[in-house]
Order: sequence, then C-alpha cells, then structure tokens
Amino acid sequence: MAESAVRMTGVVKRFPGVVANDGVNFEVMKGEVHALLGENGAGKSTLSNILTGLYRPDEGTIELDGSTVSFGSPRSALDAGIGMVHQHFRLVEPFTVAENVILGNPETPFVIDTGSTVERVAELAKRYDMAVDPNAKIWQLSVGEQQRVEILKVLYRGARVLILDEPTAVLTPIEAEALFKTLRAMTAEGRTVIFISHKLDEVMSVSDRITVLRSGRTVGTVATKDTSTRELAGMMVGRSVEFSRAVRRNPGVSSDVVLSLTDVNCNDDRGRQALHGVNVTVGRGEIVGVAGVAGNGQRELAEVIAGMRSSTGGRIAIEDKPVLNGRARAAIAGGVAHVPEDRLHTGLAAGHSVEDNMALKNYRTPLLSRFGLLKRNIITTQADDLVMKYDVKTPDTGTPVRLLSGGNVQKVLLAREFSTNPKVLVAASPTRGLDVGAIETVRERLVEAADNGVGILLISEDLEEIMSLADRIVVMYEGRLVADMPATGATREQLGLLMGGATLEASR
Amino acid sequence: MKSPVRLERRLEQPRWLNWAIPVISLLGALVVGAVVLLATGKNPLDVYWRILDRGFLSQRAITGTLRTATPLAFTGMCAAAAFRLGVINIGGEGQLYVGAVGAALVGLWIGGSAPVGITIIVMVLAGMLFGAMYASIVGILRSQFNTNEIITSLMMNYIAGIILNYLIFNSRSYWRDPRSIGFPSGKPLEKRTHWPTYEIFGTSVSFGFLLAVAAAIVLWVIYKRSRLGFEIGIIADSPRAARYVGIRTKWTIVAVTAMSGALAGIGGASQVGDFAHYLDAKGLQLNNFGYTGIVVAALARLNPLGAIVVAVLLGGLTNAGYSLQGPDFPSGLVGTLQGLILFTAVAGEILTKYRLRSNRNTAKAVAA
Repeated sequence: MAESAVRMTGVVKRFPGVVANDGVNFEVMKGEVHALLGENGAGKSTLSNILTGLYRPDEGTIELDGSTVSFGSPRSALDAGIGMVHQHFRLVEPFTVAENVILGNPETPFVIDTGSTVERVAELAKRYDMAVDPNAKIWQLSVGEQQRVEILKVLYRGARVLILDEPTAVLTPIEAEALFKTLRAMTAEGRTVIFISHKLDEVMSVSDRITVLRSGRTVGTVATKDTSTRELAGMMVGRSVEFSRAVRRNPGVSSDVVLSLTDVNCNDDRGRQALHGVNVTVGRGEIVGVAGVAGNGQRELAEVIAGMRSSTGGRIAIEDKPVLNGRARAAIAGGVAHVPEDRLHTGLAAGHSVEDNMALKNYRTPLLSRFGLLKRNIITTQADDLVMKYDVKTPDTGTPVRLLSGGNVQKVLLAREFSTNPKVLVAASPTRGLDVGAIETVRERLVEAADNGVGILLISEDLEEIMSLADRIVVMYEGRLVADMPATGATREQLGLLMGGATLEASR
Repeated sequence: MKSPVRLERRLEQPRWLNWAIPVISLLGALVVGAVVLLATGKNPLDVYWRILDRGFLSQRAITGTLRTATPLAFTGMCAAAAFRLGVINIGGEGQLYVGAVGAALVGLWIGGSAPVGITIIVMVLAGMLFGAMYASIVGILRSQFNTNEIITSLMMNYIAGIILNYLIFNSRSYWRDPRSIGFPSGKPLEKRTHWPTYEIFGTSVSFGFLLAVAAAIVLWVIYKRSRLGFEIGIIADSPRAARYVGIRTKWTIVAVTAMSGALAGIGGASQVGDFAHYLDAKGLQLNNFGYTGIVVAALARLNPLGAIVVAVLLGGLTNAGYSLQGPDFPSGLVGTLQGLILFTAVAGEILTKYRLRSNRNTAKAVAA
C-alpha cells in the first residue's frame, strides 16, 4: 500500500544513568496519522527529539522517504521536511501571528513584505481550516489559537512530516475536535502526522495506526481499527511483568484517619481549576497510592496538602484538626512531610550544603536556633547523624547537594522528612529517575515509615510501584479521583483504562 | 563560525580563585594601562608609583582615602544586601540623599539641646529610618505587585534628587539657611553635633567609617549565622524551596530592601555628620555615591567585609586620580586608568563561575 515516510530502526539513546530509547523501531507511512502512545518516561519525547534533530541517536538509523538521514540540528530536520509542534509553545507574545510564522525562517528577506506574508499565512490557515487572524498579536489569542500558529509555522516551512507532542493537553474538547479536523485535512494532502499522546480515547479517534512504547522499547504497532482501548492499555502498562508486594509488618488497615481531604478544590499556576472536589482519606500506617498520568492534578494535590498552594474550597485535616489553608509552616508543624516531584529545586536548595538542607524544616526550632541566631554546630551534628543513619554518600556535610548523585539527593530529602516525625507523608514520584539500588532503598524506607504508623499518600505514575506498595489505590484523571479501590483487587489493565479516562464500570 | 574557546560552568569554585582572580585582573589592568601610558609618552612605573603613594601610602593620603571610601562602603553594602536576595536595588543613590535629609533634620532639631552622644546616635538612627522607609517603597511594590525594582528604584533616585533641590533651593524649608540669600544653602548644624574623628596610628578615622566597619561585621554575622541570613540564602538559591518550607518570601523582600536602604541612609547621615555639617544638596548629588556602590558590591562579590576593602581601594584610586590630574596629565587619562581597572575586575569575575575551554578538543568528543 502506502510508502514509508519515516523509518527509524534500532534507535538507542542513552543518558547518564538511563537508557531512554533501547532499540526502538518505528515506521510511519505517508499520509497517515500515526499515534505514538506510552506512559510518561516511556521514551516518546526522546524519540521525537531524535527525529527532529535535537538529539543524536547513539545507535540506529533514520530513513526519510527511503534514504538514510542524519540531522545535526532541528533546523536541518526542518529543512528535510520534519517539523515539530511542541507542547509548550515557542511564540513571541508581542508579535503578530504572521510575524511569528516567518520568524526564524531563513527565506525571510531582510526587509519583510508584511502584506504578502499576511496573505500567505491567511491562505495557509484557510486551506487547513484553522481559524486564526494573521494580524492578531499572540497574547490576544487563546491557547488553541496559539497552537494553530505553531502548526502554521511548520507548515509554512514546508514540513511534510508533523510531530505533535501531546497537542490536546492544553485544549478544550471543542478545540481538540477542530485540531483533529485540521490533521485530517493535512493527511488528505499526503502529509504525515505523528501524534504523541497517552490518552487512549483520542488516540482511538484520530489515528490510523498506533505504535506503543514502554520503558524505551517498542511494544508493537497496530492498526487502530483492529484494536481496542483495553488492548492498548495493556500494551502501554505491560501485563506480563511480575511484581512482588512489599513485605509489611503491620499491613495498614487502621480505623484512625490521619489525613482527610473533603471536597477539596484548587487552581493551578495559571489559575485554571486543577482539583475538582477531591475526597480522600489516609489511615494511620496506610499507604494510599494515587495513580494517574502526570498533569492530571497530582502536583496540585501534593502541594495543597503540604500548604504550598491555597485550596479554593473544601477541608484538609490532619488527625481531624483542620490545617491552615496555604501555610506550609502550619502543615509542617501539623505533621505533614512532603517529598516533592522536583526534589532538587523544590524539596532542597541545590546550591546549599547537605547540612543546611537537613536543617531546612527545623532550623526555626529552639533546638537549632535561639534569638534569631543559628546554632551551627548542632546543625552539623544533626546532619552527621542523619547522613550516618540514612547512609548518604557524601564527602562531608558541607558539600552542596547538587553535587550528589540522584539516589543520595533523595536520601537527604527522605532523611530530613522522616526526621521531623511526621504523621503524614506525601511522596510524589519518589523513585523516578533513580537506579535500581536506590529505588529499593527508597521503597524500604517508605514501608518502614508506614509500619511505624505514618500515613503515606504515594503519588506515582509507576503502576508497578503503586501496586507493590499501596494498600489502597485511587486514580486521578483531569483533577478528579475517578476510582478508590483496595490494591489487592486492582489489575494493571483496569488501572491503565482508568488513567486513560475510562469510567470504573467500563474498566471492569 | 565557532569561536575557538567557550565558557564552561565550573562545577566547583575553588576557594583560591576568590583572591587569585582579583589579583590577576588587577595585574591585567596594569599591563594594559602601561601600554596606554607608553603610547602617550608617560612612564608607567612612575605613574603607578604615584597612584600608590597618593592613594594609600602617605599619611595624609589614607585620611583622604578613608573619607572618600566611607559613603562608598555604605552604598556598596546597600547594593550587596539587596542583590544577595536577587532584588536589584539600584536606589542607593536616592536612599543616601534621604538618609542625609533625616540626619540633618535631627541634627538641626535637637542638636542645640540634647546631649552630644544621644544627638549623634539619633542622627544615625534617623538616617537609617529615612533610608529604610524610602527603600521599602521599592520592596513593597516588588513583593506585592511584582513591579520591576530596577526601574522603581532608579526612578526614586531622581525623586530624591528633586526633594533635595526643593528643600534647599526652591523652598524656605527647615533645612535651608535663612541667611543664605544670594546662593541658597543648607542651615549649618551646631558644632556639637559634628561626628567625632579618632586618631588611629596617625591617621584620622571618621566615626562614619567606623560605623561602616561595624555594619559590615553585623551584616556578616547576619549572613553567616542568623535565621534571616539562612532564609535569604534559601530564597536566592531556590524560590520554590523557600515556598516549600514556608519561608515568607514577600516579607523577607520588604525587610531586606528596607535594610539595604538603611545602610545607604547611614551613608547619607555620615555625609552630614562627618563632613558637610549641613544638608549639602549639591555636594550629595555630585559624586554618584549610590551608583559607584553598585560597582563596589559587584567587586566585593556581595560580601559586606569585601565591600569595605573595595571601597577603600576605589577611594584611594579616586583620590590618587585627583592628585595625578594636572597640565601634564589630562583627566581623561586618569579616567581611562580607573576604567581599565574596573573593567578587568568585572570581566575577571566571570572566571570564578566559568572556565575557558578550547573548542578544538571537545569538537571531537561531540562527533564521537
């Protein structure tokens, strides 16, 4: 049938400590919408960055229209006809649509003929059914319109292969529909679209074929009409991997509730509602896993509990005592420990020493300071003790944490958080990016804390982690908790479907 | 297209660089300066010796140098204090004027009656308070409305200048000498309000300079040992970490900006109490103390004790410049030498954080 537009064979890309792509094979035909599906960290972004010339593959070949190519930069990929629409727009806000479209185009003459540019952009927009005014300034546009400008940019450069990185993440359902129509118009002309996503429904509705990646490898390529969301979920999360449940001394079934959220709402950094009436409780010594694809409100959930973010409604209580809204110090004093997603720059001050970071949560206590002056020698002893107890590998406690390895950074953070004797621990992706040994250590520490009565809310995209550690699992999708079930009854397929937006009934 | 060398961020900053780089920068400036001097037919060694002698060696020279250094030390610490938090307060100039207004007010008001010691202390406090209040406007605008403090603090320098002119030249204010008819000037302060000077090893050291040294030590303790200093460090290193532990970032920004303004304010008070003994609207605006303070802060790497050292060096350089200047030595050449030294010092600064790497070796590594 169709001829190949892009063929990537045996692509390997290593980063320090991680193999992001491990022999990926990926072939896209001319004129199709091809979805690249996978969880976060499956290697989708790395693969598309290789294809657009941002990274060089360590091994493997890339063929474009049947001939082998090698891109030194995004510009050379664009010259060859491969354009990328990034999830985060790269637009100049005070400039007009037309100006942004011609920006960075080597064919743009020194003196710009505004009239003809506007005309050409308008014509291009019309051809693909994209409603956007070429004379409008970017800051006046909605997010959906800004995305159209990004698409126009690559089309204007003559891209025949368009890569869209999670394009619907920022769109309303109506805008998404319009985008799908545009994509159809482009493929009808023989252009090729690579659609990166982790949402099962939209992949089913927009694509012709689907390639699934998992842990840096190709799981397989299927035709959309021959598959189902259930099968895709299985391919995405992997059904065959055996995992062992962590050994718990005190399996956490306790009637004492240490953390309870009642109808909690809050907004994200851009002021859009991120949590919609979240209800969840964590018992003493219980590990509750929060499954979900990143960006569905998990970060906001963690921050609102830790007092870093104000809730816009609802009630958060520790041992039934309400916590002052949006006050991190109150949350800390109330017994909330927090291992944030971004350890090095949120959980720690990377340029500061190990001992300063160990004191970050208790430097104000009488133990470490008096009359506004710090007791530096006690700060050092405290750090020495914790370094010993948690086996942190560091030359000395004066070393800046940014010089430590990822596993040791996480150990510093955990050591400090547990040293505050918390009642509740909110841990966001606590093992992401760590090597196997460090993952093991971190998980042991979490289980040990739960055994000692700490209630743990474990937020993770790693289903294996959640299923092996949690007593109870809740699933987050678009700021809502869509399911709450005991961990023993849950299956990967079911969780995968729920994470992709299926309802609980449909997932059974 | 590729340049043969590139800058690479240093992972670690060895301690010896902290003194080696300024010294090497200074030597570099002297070498380049020597070329300029030779080209204009001067003997560089002779000129450098004269700078050293007039600026630092002779007994009278040090007295003058410390006098010039005093306001620079204060404005340097003012800039450094704010910069440490990432608040670019370039309003030291205006905060110094306002501090002088405050000190002069107190001196005129209670100078005739209150005990000498109390008068002087209250003058210092008034300088601090006026400078702090003036600067906190900038801090509040920044923390509450996210206003760009570079612009607001700069604008407020002009406002402070206009206030000075108004008080002395355009009104019959409390600060103006009613007897000055032809050329308006500030009302002189009572003799007993004049700040003392101390003879130390044959050099007269002003009370203001001693205050600067004391302030530097206090600041150093704040940065090294206090909770506030710890919090300032965390906010500067990672604002998100500060939010994570619940540090009141907005409050800290206002407090530090006020502290920064208070330092410049003492500088202004010292101009009144140590030297002018009246509100000298013209003299205060003549020297760009506030702007030079930014240079002092940068050269001192935001270290308060370093600010004292740099202020003394700059003070000596300035005074030596005055004495070099003459029919055989144009002022432009003096400026060139001073500019060269500042330029290389600032340029050398980058080498403490980055190192030069040849691109030739690494090109291969990238290709491999």
